[in-house]
Parts: sequence; structure tokens; C-alpha cells
Amino acid sequence: MEQIITYILLALMLIFSVMTVTSGRILRSAVYLLTVLVATAAIYFIMQYQFLAAVQITLYAGGIVVLIIFSILLTHHIEHRMENPVFWKAMISALAALGAVAMIAWVLKDAQSIQNVAGFIPPKMEDIGMALLSYGKQGYVLPFEVISVLLLAAMIGAIAVAKPALLQFKNKNFKQDDQ
Amino acid sequence: MVSGIIGTLVLGTITVLSYFTAWQYFFTDGKVDGAYRAITGFNHVWLTLTESLHIDLGVLLDPISVMMLLVVSTISLMVHIYSLGYMKGEDGFYRYYAFLSLFTFSMLGLVVATNIFQMYIFWELVGASSYLLIGFYYKKPSAVAASKKAFIVTRFADLGFLIGILILSFFTGTFDFAALTNPSGQVLGSIAGTSFIGLSVLSWSMILIFMGGAGKSAMFPLHIWLPDAMEGPTPVSALIHAATMVVAGVYLVARMFPVYAIWAPESLAIIAFVGAFTSLFAAVIACTQTDIKRILAYSTISQIGYMMLALGVAGYGGEAGSGFTASMFHLTTHAMFKALLFLGAGSIIHAVHSNEMGDMGSLRKYMPVTAITFLIACLSISGIPPFAGFFSKDEILAAAYTSQPIYFWVEWFVAGLTAFYMFRLYFGVFWGKKTEYKHKPKEAPLSMTIPLIVLAIGAAAAGFIPFGDFVSSDGLAHEASFHWNIASLSILIALAGLALAAWLYLRESSRPEKVAAGFKGFYTAAYHKFYFDELYLFITKKIVFELISQPLAWFDRHIVDGFMNLIGRMIYRFAVAVKRFQSGQMQQYAFVFVSGVVVLALIILIWWT
Amino acid sequence: MISNIPALHFLIVGSLMFFIGVYGFLTRKNIIAMLLSAELMINAVAFNFAILNRYVFPVHLEGYFFSLFIIAVAAADAAVAIAIIINIYRNFDTIEVEEVDDMKY
Repeated sequence: MEQIITYILLALMLIFSVMTVTSGRILRSAVYLLTVLVATAAIYFIMQYQFLAAVQITLYAGGIVVLIIFSILLTHHIEHRMENPVFWKAMISALAALGAVAMIAWVLKDAQSIQNVAGFIPPKMEDIGMALLSYGKQGYVLPFEVISVLLLAAMIGAIAVAKPALLQFKNKNFKQDDQ
Repeated sequence: MVSGIIGTLVLGTITVLSYFTAWQYFFTDGKVDGAYRAITGFNHVWLTLTESLHIDLGVLLDPISVMMLLVVSTISLMVHIYSLGYMKGEDGFYRYYAFLSLFTFSMLGLVVATNIFQMYIFWELVGASSYLLIGFYYKKPSAVAASKKAFIVTRFADLGFLIGILILSFFTGTFDFAALTNPSGQVLGSIAGTSFIGLSVLSWSMILIFMGGAGKSAMFPLHIWLPDAMEGPTPVSALIHAATMVVAGVYLVARMFPVYAIWAPESLAIIAFVGAFTSLFAAVIACTQTDIKRILAYSTISQIGYMMLALGVAGYGGEAGSGFTASMFHLTTHAMFKALLFLGAGSIIHAVHSNEMGDMGSLRKYMPVTAITFLIACLSISGIPPFAGFFSKDEILAAAYTSQPIYFWVEWFVAGLTAFYMFRLYFGVFWGKKTEYKHKPKEAPLSMTIPLIVLAIGAAAAGFIPFGDFVSSDGLAHEASFHWNIASLSILIALAGLALAAWLYLRESSRPEKVAAGFKGFYTAAYHKFYFDELYLFITKKIVFELISQPLAWFDRHIVDGFMNLIGRMIYRFAVAVKRFQSGQMQQYAFVFVSGVVVLALIILIWWT
Repeated sequence: MISNIPALHFLIVGSLMFFIGVYGFLTRKNIIAMLLSAELMINAVAFNFAILNRYVFPVHLEGYFFSLFIIAVAAADAAVAIAIIINIYRNFDTIEVEEVDDMKY
């Protein structure tokens, strides 16, 4: 049963990935991406990576996709249809991608032997929390801190980039005062 | 105005300190066993080149440097005070005082230098500030040209100075004056023997050093810059081009005098000849000029020739050293009366707004203070007793007479010329024809007349200083004997010159033209300064520019630059070809990136398997 | 349990998803669509990390944390990207990537 569901999910991921990059309507594209992300989260659930799956859904599917949809609605008409890519350009890109796929396939033939190792215990929430905050071996406190700084910087940067009009306006006032 | 007051106050302080130093040196500290010794007040090793060869910065006190301290600070103070009135309301008043103070600083640094390289550094600083001051009216093309001329001519001379220093220090291994001028020094004996084209290397280096001195002191044939330098403000001419900077060359020779006198007498002979010739040459030109500042400029050149001659005929120590004392004496008195003359001329120009003698006449009625002080200065420079110039000139003539009588007769004649041209100036300006003035000339303000009066007192009384007691070539006091026969001869010719000037110029008459017509060719040549400017222009423009510089410029422009342009143009072409790759199309970049990654990955995979 | 599915199947799907993202990134003209493709690539990478961790080192959690951090970085990256896109839209009145080439030579 689980096996069948897993294969269905994998198929969904592939199909919707292709639809994401080929759909003519940008909003639909975003929704297809959402489907891919949710299917990925479902596979994480099946692998018993519950925390990862939860993060995937809340942050990725919930956060990022909603953000993207907002920006789409800010910049597009809902009926807007994107023009299709130029044929030769699409061909060349496809060729490059296919070449890379072929190369990966060649590498993956070594991965056939990878089998499930016995003795898998689903990671407990407690272990994950401890690992994130420990600084010994298998400890991730440094990346954890770095990522927090990165997120802060990204947030401030995003505000600064997206709100230039406000800054300019203030500058103008300042200049007028000056004169 | 503030800047002027600050500068004047500070300089006043410096003057007081200088007088205090002089008092301490001459009466308390300086004399040991009857001889003045050199005191190094302070010395800081600045650049060490080798064990013994190092460039220092310091303060050296000995009779001549203390004397120069007095002269420089006094004249500079007077000029600072005078400029408060003269430059009032001019554009760039602040700039003017900044330059003036820079000049005074450099001159004082030059005077107290402990080694020849420090002297050279300040020497250049003096040249630079002189350049700035001559070009003070930088909107006037003639002032710009004059400042460039002064700078280039003195730079050319300084090249000789620098080479001289380098030769000297290469052979002796020291820059220090104390070691160089030690009369019993071992340093110089070793190189006096090394000879090069007939003269010893030491003589060559001393001649080159004298070349630097000749450039600053406007000796023939490097005199051409000084008359043009009169484009600067008149107080500047008084300070730099009459009293202080131009005597730097004399000071340099005096500073190195033991070396000249003991080890390089050949170069001393050259100095004597150049001095004598310059004094005669400049005096003749001065008789024909009409611009009052130019007359004074040529008179300065002539008087400095006197000083050089006096050094040239002197020997080291004792009676033979009287020329040295006379030279320094004349330097001091000349500073007084020539600064006075220039400041007086400035006050005349201030009132009349013209430099030309033709625009002036009968000014004594309008400007009594200027007239009287100017008269004192003229009497002093002409050598009429009991004014200062008489005593110093008499000593020079006496020194020349005892050493080489031919020089005596030349200088005797020049003394007559001096009296003639000075009184020509005096009578022409203050007496002579009645001139109608558009604006009635007024006596100068108090800030200008006070320096005139102070300097007039100096010009009248400085002759009574027993100079020989303080300054001599070997530090021992020597009594200058008074020579009645020489004195009477010089008074005679001075009076003759005065009388001739009075006959020609006291009343308006046609006599000057007749006399000029009598010496027609000579007069025109002298009027055109013996065509020296034209000769130099011919040499520089026709020969140096056309035959050397222009081919070089062509080579530089077409071969050197051409090669560089070729490289530049090739790179430019290449860049134009390459820049198409940077299209701004992000996806194109991404495509190249992806294909690159794929290719690289493939290469690595194939390599590994 | 998924233990009877070989890892290869997951890895193939992950790799294909990545290169579909690459294709989209190269062909799409709309900047937001390009961003979607980039998200697809990021997701594929995170997925592969999780799978390899699950199959190869089930006891440790290195790949697991990699996936976690990748998701966090993707969030930061999307936020900044969208800020830039909005700014571009404001300045150029378009978000066609070919129009935005002011920084070429």
C-alpha cells in the first residue's frame, strides 16, 4: 500500500514539475509548484521524517509559495498569458538539461546497490533540537546561528530593496529642509 | 588684516629673540680666548646615509649666522610692518602674508643651517617662496613670466650647486660645516690633490657651489632674472630681491670661505673676477634705465658684485681676511639702505601709481618723509661720509687695493657710477621737472613711514658698528685700519658722480639727451641691458628648442607615445570584440554556466573512470 | 514501509526534478517563473539529501539537517528575490528578463 502511494507521489512530483516549467499561466505555475512541494512533504512523512515534512509544508509550501503568489498578483493581470519560449532556445536548453541528466544517470548506475540499512529509528524531536543546539560532534549550533543571521539580513535587505520609494521620499523632504 | 597682524607680531617676537641671541652670542657665550667659536645650538640627525654622511637639521651659531639672523629678522619685520599699509585692500592679502612668512622661515633656516645639505633644502625653499611672491599678481602675464624666469634661472644654477655638494660630499664623506670648514681639517687635504682637467676636484666642486650662489645672487651671467623679478609687490622686492635672498649667495661663499681660501684659491679668483665684472656691468645698465625699480634692481646686482669681489680678494685670517669682514659689513649696510630704497620706491609708486621716472618729478614737496629717507639712503649707497655705505665700501676698496689694485680701480669707477645713477634717480624723482599729477600724491600712511624712518637710522648709523671686532674670517677680532688715501679717492669720485647727476637732472634741461646722444651706440646697448635677454632667448628658443627639444618632442610624441597608443588601441579593439559576450541577458549567462558545469563534470568523470 | 523501494528510484526523480528546474530557468522569460524554476531546483536538492540520509546513514542526521538548512536558505533567497522583482517591476514596468539588461557592458 505505502509502496503504491509512494510511486504515485513520485509520479505526481515529476508531472507537476514539468507543468511548472511549461504552463503558460504564471499563477497556475505557482500552484503546480505548490503541488510538487506538498508531494515532497508527503514522501518525507512516509520516510518518517515528520519534522522535516512539517518544515517543508509550513515554510516552503506555506511561506514561500504564498510570497510568490503575492508578488505575481502584484505584477500581473490574472489573465496574463506568458508567451512560449522560442523554439531553438527551448531545444538548446533541453539539450543541455538532457546532457546533464545523461551524465547523472551514468553516475547513478553505481547507486543501484544502495539498499536500505537495517535499524532505522525515526529521529525524535528531542534529538533534533539537541543536535541543533549542541556544539560537539554532530552538533549544528554554528550553522543554526549563521542561518539566523542570514535570515535577519535577508529580511532587512528585502525591506531596503523593496521600499526605495519611501527612502527617496524622505531624502527629498530632507533636501527641501536643507534648502 | 588679521593675518598681517599675526604675521607681524610673530615676526616681532622672532626679531626680539634674534637680538637676544646676538647679545648672548657676541657678549657672553660666543667668545673663547678672544676668538668667536661656532656653537651648535641643536642638531638632529635626519637621514643617515653612511656612517659619517648624514643629513641633519639643526641650528648653528657663529658670527656670520648671528649677523644674518639680525639682518633677516630686522628687514623682514620692517617689510611686514610696511606691507600692512602697502598691501591694504589688495586681493590675496592673506596669501601675501602666508608667502612672506614662508619666505622668512626659509631664509632663517638657511642662515642657521648646520650642514650644507640643510642649507640646500632651505635654499630651494627660498627659491620656491620667491617664485610664489614674484608671481603674486598671477593675473598679470608679465608677473607670471617673471616668476617662471626667476625660478628656471635659479633652478639651473642650483643644479650646479647640487652637483657641487654631491662631489664634495662624495670625496669628503661629510656634509657638516664644522668638519668642512675646519681650517686645519684633514677632510679636505685628501681631495685637494685629486685633479680633473687642470683643477683639483675640490676647486671644481667649489666652483659649482659658487654657481648656485651666483644664481641666487644674480651674478653675471645669471643675473637676468633679478630685474624682471621686480614684477612682484614692492615690499617683496625690498625683502627678497634686495636685502636677504640675493645675498644668500654671498652668505654661501662666506660660509664655505675657509675651504675657498685655503684649498681652492683658483675658484676664489673666479669669484673675484665675476664679482668685479658684474658690479661694473650692472652699474652701467643702471645708468640708463627709467623704471625706478629696475634701476634699484641693477644697483642691487652691482652692490652684490662688490660683496663677491670682497670675498674673492680676501684671504684666510689676519690682515688678508679684511675682505671677508668688509663683505659681511657691506652685506649688512646694503641690506639697510637697499631695503630703505625699495620701500621708499614702493611709497612713491603707491602715491604716483607708476614705475616710470618720466611720470615723476618734484615729489619732495608732496612726500617729505619719503624724500628725506630716500636721500639718506642715496647718500649711504653712494659712499658719502658719515653714512653707513661709506665705511663698508671703503673697507672693500681697501681690501681690493691691498690684494689686486686693478680691481680697486674698477670698483673705484663703479663707486662713481653708483653715485651718479642713484642721484639721477633721486633728482629725477624728487626734483627735476614740475609734473602735473591727476591725483595729488600724498605722503604714505604711518605704517609705511615708520619702517622708512627706522631703516634710515640704520642706513645712517650702521657704519659706526666696529664690525671687525665681531665678524672675521677666522673668528679673531681684527681692527679695520682706516685708509685716508683710499677714502679720499672714493669720496672724490662719489662727489663727482653726484655733481654730474645734479648738473644733468637737478633742473629740467635737454642736457641728458645730448649726453646720451654723445655715447649713442653704447647708450642704446646699455639701455637694452646689452641684449642679454635677447641672447638667452636666442639660445633657448632658436637653438635649444628647435634643434634639441623639438626633435625630442617629435620622438616622444610619435615613437614613444605611438607605441603606447598602439598597445592601447589594440586592447580597445579586443575589448570591443569581447564585450558582445556580456549581453546583459541573464539566461544566456545561465546557459553558459550550466553547459560549462556539465562539460567540466564530464571531464572529471572521464578522468576518474 | 518504503524499505522495499530502492533508493535509485527516488534519486532519479530528484535528479529529473533538478534538471526540469534547469530547463525552466533557461527558457522562461518571466522572472517570477524563473524564480519558480529555481525553487524547484532547490527542492530537488533538499529531497536528494533527505533520501541519501535515510538510506545510507540512517543513524546520523547530516543530510537531514542539510535539507533543513536548505529550506531556510531558500526562504531567505525567495524573500530577497521577490523584493528585487518588485523593485524591477517598479523601475522597468515589466518583469521580462530580456528587457532588464541595463547592466550590460
